[in-house]
Amino acid sequence: MSDVFIQSIVVFVLASFVGFEVIRRVPPTLHTPLMSGANAISGITIVGAVIAAATGTGWVAGVLGFLAVTFAMINVVGGFLVTDRMLEMFKKLPGPRK
Amino acid sequence: MTELSYLAAGVLFIFGLKGLTSPRTARRGNQMAALGMLLATIVVVVDLLAMDAAMAWGIVIAGMVVGGTIGAVLAIRVQMTSMPELVAAFNGFGGGASALVAAAAIVATGADFATETATTTALSLIIGTVTLTGSFVAYGKLQGIFTGRPIAVGGVLTNGVLAGLSVALGVVGIVTGEPLAYWGSAVVAGVLGVVGVIAIGGADMPVVISLLNSLSGIAAAMAGFVINNQALIVGGALVGAAGMILTVEMSVAMNRSISNILFSGFGGGAAAEDIGTKPVKRATADDAAITLGYAERVIVVPGYGLAVAQAQHAVRDLALALEARGVEVLYAIHPVAGRMPGHMNVLLAEADISYDKLLDLDQANPLFPRTDVVLIVGANDVVNPAAKTDPDSPIWGMPILNVDEATTAIVVKRSLSPGFAGIDNPLFYEDSTLMFFADAKAAIEETTAALARL
Repeated sequence: MSDVFIQSIVVFVLASFVGFEVIRRVPPTLHTPLMSGANAISGITIVGAVIAAATGTGWVAGVLGFLAVTFAMINVVGGFLVTDRMLEMFKKLPGPRK
Repeated sequence: MTELSYLAAGVLFIFGLKGLTSPRTARRGNQMAALGMLLATIVVVVDLLAMDAAMAWGIVIAGMVVGGTIGAVLAIRVQMTSMPELVAAFNGFGGGASALVAAAAIVATGADFATETATTTALSLIIGTVTLTGSFVAYGKLQGIFTGRPIAVGGVLTNGVLAGLSVALGVVGIVTGEPLAYWGSAVVAGVLGVVGVIAIGGADMPVVISLLNSLSGIAAAMAGFVINNQALIVGGALVGAAGMILTVEMSVAMNRSISNILFSGFGGGAAAEDIGTKPVKRATADDAAITLGYAERVIVVPGYGLAVAQAQHAVRDLALALEARGVEVLYAIHPVAGRMPGHMNVLLAEADISYDKLLDLDQANPLFPRTDVVLIVGANDVVNPAAKTDPDSPIWGMPILNVDEATTAIVVKRSLSPGFAGIDNPLFYEDSTLMFFADAKAAIEETTAALARL
């Protein structure tokens, strides 16, 4: 295995632990927005999609790249917007219950 | 510089997720995560611009405009009640995008990878495709395009065979470098997503969506390995792990294991045949108004029926009218009420119902014996006493709201039909239960009007 790959595995494992720790014990109230927000973050694949679309040659690569960017953008833009819409409504409340 | 910017994006994602775990910071958290995404996108564009090669910018721009528009329109126009479906659909697109990134890498290189890259390519393709098709089946089930009941295509064995075949074809691709093997594994993975999710009952969709969310993160991380990009690896791993925790929390709330949810075909098989033949006590709006109006404490139990009927504002108005008469009105929210955890909280928040009146399961249950009236609006399985009394029931052992301990239960429901899980509910036939058959919104509005006449 190449050093770069091993380094990437290290990053992957550490980031996973951060994900586990950060999410521990979330009130059920926030499960829906949290799922929605996390879902939007998984749209980070937009970065890969842009690279694939920009560097691809030939029509097959073009179609795949276009679809990848389109799908990822739907995920990113829609995901963050809809999460914001949900959370906007929470803001109007007097504050979290203790 | 590029790597440092991706690191910054990753840090923003972490702060964003952290923010999303508390009501006060949630909105800011989401905005920080969005900022991280914007940063990562700008960085990749700048990075590509700096290269001395022809780039197909037309395709990138077209994809961004089309995808951005579709996403924005869907997000702005969706009703709060349809939120779970939309999250499922967005999730499918995310998984699909990761699979497409892997597919593009296969096309670009003719599948001529180092073994480790080939492995992650196959994983990204397989997991991404399962996420894509699985999410759209989940979407279809929640939208009512397919039946919410489980459709057993072949059970655990079929799923196992499909998963095995998909992985085997992936391995062939990795070993031989044959693109066709990769495509084959993707096709089988797509079928697995459909067959796997279609066999799961609608009541379990929240858990499935959460699991698919986690998978879409893992697919993104694998795509990150393929194109050697740290932003994808960090973002994907975060979502993969966070989604997994959420999935576990949700299944704990239902007192079931994840494997049980995925493979038991729960919900629907055992629809009781004697539904509708047992006597129930029917109530009108006037009966409901009298019962509610002279109570001291009323606890409202909302369910998916409330969401479907858009009755949250009507419930708020009824609560205000009751409070004006000195009745204490609280809300008991089951962890899996609605189609997604927190679904009811979002809806009640939309109707400006205060947080401090929302009780969770552990807070609500001790109160029921000291409650005069429980008003159940479009909820069913979460108040089904069969979970406590009938070891043969599919929901046996699931923690429920013990509404049968209150003096009176008023159930607002369109008909006696079983809930999403397809199980009959003995609560409806109790002496202390009044059945108010009507659309939730109309029923609540009529009751409020009747209350004014008292």
